[in-house]
This record gives sequence, C-alpha cells and structure tokens, in this order.
Amino acid sequence: MRIKAQVAMVMHLDKCIGCHTCSVTCKNTWTNRPGTEYMWFNNVETRPGPGYPKRWEDTDRYKGGWELKNGKLTLRAGGPITKLANIFYNPNMAEMEDFYEPWTYDYDNLIHSPKKENLPVARPVSQITGKFIDKPEWGSNWDDDLAGGSEIVPLDPNVQKMQEHIKMEYEKTFMMYLPRICEHCLNPSCVASCPTGALYKRDEDGIVLVDHDACRGWRFCQNGCPYHKVYYNWHTHKAEKCNFCYPRTEAGLPTICSETCVGRIRYIGVVLYDADKVKEAASVKDPQDLYEAQLGCFLDPFDPEVQEKAKEAGITDAWLEAAKDSPVYKMAIKWKIALPLHPEYRTMPMVWYVPPLSPIMNHITNEDELNTDGYIPAVDQMRIPIEYLASILAADDKEVVRKVLLKLSAMRVYMRGKTVGGVDEFRQSELVKEANTSPEEIEEMARLLGIAKYDERYVIPTGRREMDDDLHYKQGTCSLEDLAPAEGENLTIGLMKVRDKL
Amino acid sequence: MADIFWWVIFPYITVTIMILGLLYRYAFRQLTWAAPSTNFFEKKWLRIGSPLFHYGIVLAFIGHVMGMVIPMEFYQGLGISDHLYHIGAIWGGGLAGLMVVAGLIILLIRKITIDPVRIKAGFADFFTVLALLFVAGTGTYMTIIFNTTVVAYEYRETIGPWFRSLFVFMPKYELMSGVPFIFKLHVLSAFALFASIPFTKLVHIFSFPIRYPARSPQQYRSRSNYRRQG
Repeated sequence: MRIKAQVAMVMHLDKCIGCHTCSVTCKNTWTNRPGTEYMWFNNVETRPGPGYPKRWEDTDRYKGGWELKNGKLTLRAGGPITKLANIFYNPNMAEMEDFYEPWTYDYDNLIHSPKKENLPVARPVSQITGKFIDKPEWGSNWDDDLAGGSEIVPLDPNVQKMQEHIKMEYEKTFMMYLPRICEHCLNPSCVASCPTGALYKRDEDGIVLVDHDACRGWRFCQNGCPYHKVYYNWHTHKAEKCNFCYPRTEAGLPTICSETCVGRIRYIGVVLYDADKVKEAASVKDPQDLYEAQLGCFLDPFDPEVQEKAKEAGITDAWLEAAKDSPVYKMAIKWKIALPLHPEYRTMPMVWYVPPLSPIMNHITNEDELNTDGYIPAVDQMRIPIEYLASILAADDKEVVRKVLLKLSAMRVYMRGKTVGGVDEFRQSELVKEANTSPEEIEEMARLLGIAKYDERYVIPTGRREMDDDLHYKQGTCSLEDLAPAEGENLTIGLMKVRDKL
Repeated sequence: MADIFWWVIFPYITVTIMILGLLYRYAFRQLTWAAPSTNFFEKKWLRIGSPLFHYGIVLAFIGHVMGMVIPMEFYQGLGISDHLYHIGAIWGGGLAGLMVVAGLIILLIRKITIDPVRIKAGFADFFTVLALLFVAGTGTYMTIIFNTTVVAYEYRETIGPWFRSLFVFMPKYELMSGVPFIFKLHVLSAFALFASIPFTKLVHIFSFPIRYPARSPQQYRSRSNYRRQG
C-alpha cells in the first residue's frame, strides 16, 4: 500500500446557474497574459453542446486519454515510440479554430474618434495578428444557453451516439451547465504524454502541474488530456493548465473558482488513496466498471490501519483530520451521489459531479396526488434524459445515474415531508429502499448540499511549509548566525552553504 | 594566413560561441528554451513541410557522420569501392538534401503567407530558415549537380580528415586549400549557423526527449523536495 493524499473537488450541478463567475475570476487570476487569451482553466459549458474546445469529447479526433490495447493500458494517441516519430508534427492537436481566435475591441476609436455624424464603434481586433476581425464566428461560450439551437446541439458527441431523439422545440428541450476545470486525475494521461517529464503530479496533494523550466513545447499533453484542459501558450511555447490555485490551497483557502462561486456549487476536500491500485483500476476491461474500480482505490480515513500507514507515509494529522471531514469523501465515496466526468477515459478524474435533477416530463399531472413510490418511475421521465447524463458521467451506465437521481429524489421527498407531512409514509416506502438510503443519511446530505457553510464546503489543510528551509530568507532576514544566506547571495549556493553548516 | 583564419580560427570561434551560448541560455534563460511550434495556428502545410524538413535533416546528419566522421579506410576495409560509395552518397545525400530544401521552402512560404505565423515570427526565425536554406541549398547543389557534372569530388581525402582533426585540436588546415569553392562555402556557412544556434529556436535540437521511452509514465514530484531535484 502506497498512501497518497489528493485534494479533490465536487460540483453540485443542480445549483449551477451558469453565471460564469468562476471562469471570469479564474481568467483574471491566471490567464490574462499574451498567449493565454484563449485559455480557460475553468469554463462553463451549456449541455447539450459541443463544449470547449469544440467537440473535445471526440476521442477519435483528438485521441486523448487511455485505452486498453490487448489488455494493456496505453495512451490512445500512441506510446513513447509513436510519439517520438510524430514529434515534428502532431496530427491530433487541436488548432486555434477548434478554440477560437481571441479578440479584443478597438476601444481607442471610441475615445479618439473625430466628431462625426454617426457614433464611433469599437471594431473587434484579433489579439494574435492585431488585424480587424469583421465577423467573429466562434468564441468561448458562443453556444451559451443553447444559442445556435438545432444547428449547434447535434455537434455534441454525446448527443450523436444517443438512441433517444433529442427534441429541440423550446418547450420540450433540456439544458444543463457543466463547469469544468482540470481533473487532477489519479492516472493523468497528460503526464504520461509529456516526452520531457515536465508535467508531474505533486506528491503532497496530487495537483498536476507543469514545470515551465523543463517544458520544451512538444505539445503532446494538449491533446493527450481527453478533457482538453492543457493549453499551448503560443507566445511562450509552453504548456499551461489549471493548477488548482495551489498558492491558495496551500494556505488552506479554496480555489478562486470555488471562492467566487455564486451558487456555492463547489466543495473541496482531501481523499486518501492507494497509489499502487491505480494502474490496475484503470485497466479493468469493461469501461462501465471503471467507476467502481476508482472507488476501490480510495481509503477509509476512519480505519485505524489506514491512519497508521498514512502517518508512516508522511501524511500529517492535519491532513488526516481533513480527510475525515472531507465533503468530497462524503459525496463521492460514502453517499455515492457524485460521479466522475467521463470515467471511460481511464484517467481516474478527481473532479466529481452531482448530477442535476430536472422537471419530470410526462405523466405526473398533479403532484399532490402522487404517492411516495410514484417517484421511482418518475426518475426515468426527467427532462434531462438519463441516457445523456450517463454518457457524460458514467460511461453510458444508466443504472449508476439512476441510483444517484433516486437518492436525490428521495431527499427531496423526505425534506418536503418534514414540512408538509409524509415522513412516516416515506420511512415505509419502496422509495427509501430503492434509493438505498435512510432519513439520517438524507438529513446529513441535505445539510451539506443545501446549507453547508464555508468551512464545511472547503476542508483544506494547509501546505506543509515547515519543511521549507529558506523561509528566513524569504522573510527578508539578513544573515544572522549563518542561518540564512547573505543578502544578495545566489540563493541556491547560499542555501547549500547554510545546510552544510547545520 | 587566410587558410588559418577560415579553417582553424573561424570553426573554433563559432563552436565556442555555440557552446558558451547554449550553457548560458540553459542556465539563465531556461524559460525560453522550447521547440516553438506553430502547429496551433496552421497545420495543413506544416503537416507536409515539417516532417519533410526534419526527417531530411536527420538523414542528412547520418550522411554527414558517414562521410565526415567515418574515415575512408573504414569503407575500403569493408570492401566498398569508391564508386559504390559515391553512388550511395549521391542518391542518399541527394534525397536527404531535396527533402530538407523542399521542406524548408514549404515552411518559408508558410511563414510568409499565413498571417499569425508571419506576425509571430521574429527576425531570428526568418534568419534561421534562410540560413538553413542556404546551407542545405549549397549542400544539395554540390551533392546532386556539382558531383555529377563538374567533378565527383573526393571530400573524404580532404574535408573529412580536416573535420576530424578539429576534434583533436590539431587542425590540418592545409588540406582545405585545394577544396572547390562551393564546398568551402557550405562548410563555412554551416559553422556560421552553429554560432547562431543559442540565439534562435534551434536550441530545441539539444532537447530531443531521448529518455522518454525508458521513463515511467507517471511522474510524481514532492513539493518540499522539488528544489533539490532541480
């Protein structure tokens, strides 16, 4: 057993209002430099829709993630030898047109235009070439809220493989938001795709980062990530990606996207997992078993044996305590109401989603007359087809999604029953059995999903700064008793001298 | 005197600039060390031009090792006649040269005509392509045309030994005085190109990820030990 800790996130899609606050604050924090204009470490997609970049889920086109080849886990875009042969030209990489040509507006014209009969306009200007773009034809969230409707929706790879026909009439269609960040996978294919080894997973918290000094811009990570969350900076020619706001999480603060989330849909917590099990779990034959296999990698933080082994592995008490209180552990592992995004990519993603409930489509005309058990078939009649959710969150296994929706429906029925009556009926009902839950669990769930406060939603232990040996130096100390390098001395050399003396 | 400058001083100066420049850039300008691809902006022409050029260069490199580094006696020992060697060199070298030149021309046209590629290309990028085109052009010309029309020049008796003598710091510059002009031009322009490597995107030659197939697919790094691992 090789215990590692992982900082992970759950997003409760029921509460996402698609306001893009997360994307905007993330962009202002991380990607407002030349070369990063088109990068959205966090983006919110309207589903059904092609997403960002266009059709990122089309693994035949971009060849992202892993696949089983003769029972062996291999990168879909090819192993190291194939990659080195393709190093002069990457055939699978997404181009600018799959994202969009970033633009700004010629605001200067608004200020300096001479007096004219007509109002001056700010024409769009490409941020890459500096030329006017007279007619931008695609941009981030161009398809927001199903804009483009029946022309754009069929581009969604999940829709294309659905048996059920998706209705596009206004009254009958469906829509949901899918906020996405880097998944900080347990088995990251971007890391495995990097020829130089510049991408790595941090030992302490599992955050996947790019070492910009080491990155040589070979670009295999860009399409090696099936979620398309590694971007190529055309200005510096290096890879950039979501870093889980590590300067914040190290200080015990939530990521900027979570901090500013208006709907409070995001939860951050620690989970413990066995790194030795990951490869085996990612190699199970049936893609529909990947979800269960991934759950099998996680360790129970309440188990004394796990606690002991974790301490041996250097995980501190603060992290163990955080793992016990972790909202991610509760939702993803204990209650099993959060599901991983596209488990079939075999990367073992660590951003989990609570699927959204939606209005019931057909047969319930008068909900007052509906008895508790009537909600069981209703789950299959929801406006967002289970088939669609299963395609995104469960490798097409509808039963997995159905179970989650049943549990969430049961929670809704029970919590309503507490106010309007019907709790006793609920305790006896088939619904509570079918949903495999209990009123006690539901109360706990409802609290975390509905009214949990800041420190319940974000249980983040601080990074372990006590192991840094140059803190005196960073604080600005002068060389006191040779504890810190002399001022102005080369830091690396100075620290080596100090360490020798200690 | 001129011979000493061109065939002793000049090669050593250019290679010194290259080595010191590379060390400096590696130590202090690591962030700029990359293979600056424009795959992101355009890929229809890159798809043809880039592999053509790069694979051509790899072949040409192997050809130069065969002609310059491996002594003539080695081939004679193997029983390969000079005639056979030259046929091989003209066909193999000619193919490699044509690949490089064709690839470079495609890349150059692409660099000029595709808006984002041109605007993001600086002086160093154009310089590199034009310099490579010059070196490859002279090389291809002498392999295919000069060798077959003027004289099948036996460079393994002059340029080869001179080149090897540079490595043991006993340059036999006198060997170079009788070499045809076009060969001289090719050699000198190549050394000039070497000197420019640290200042252009060509540094990526030295970061070909040869260790990739041997390493473990997943990489873990500890935050607290990060600085020590470098």
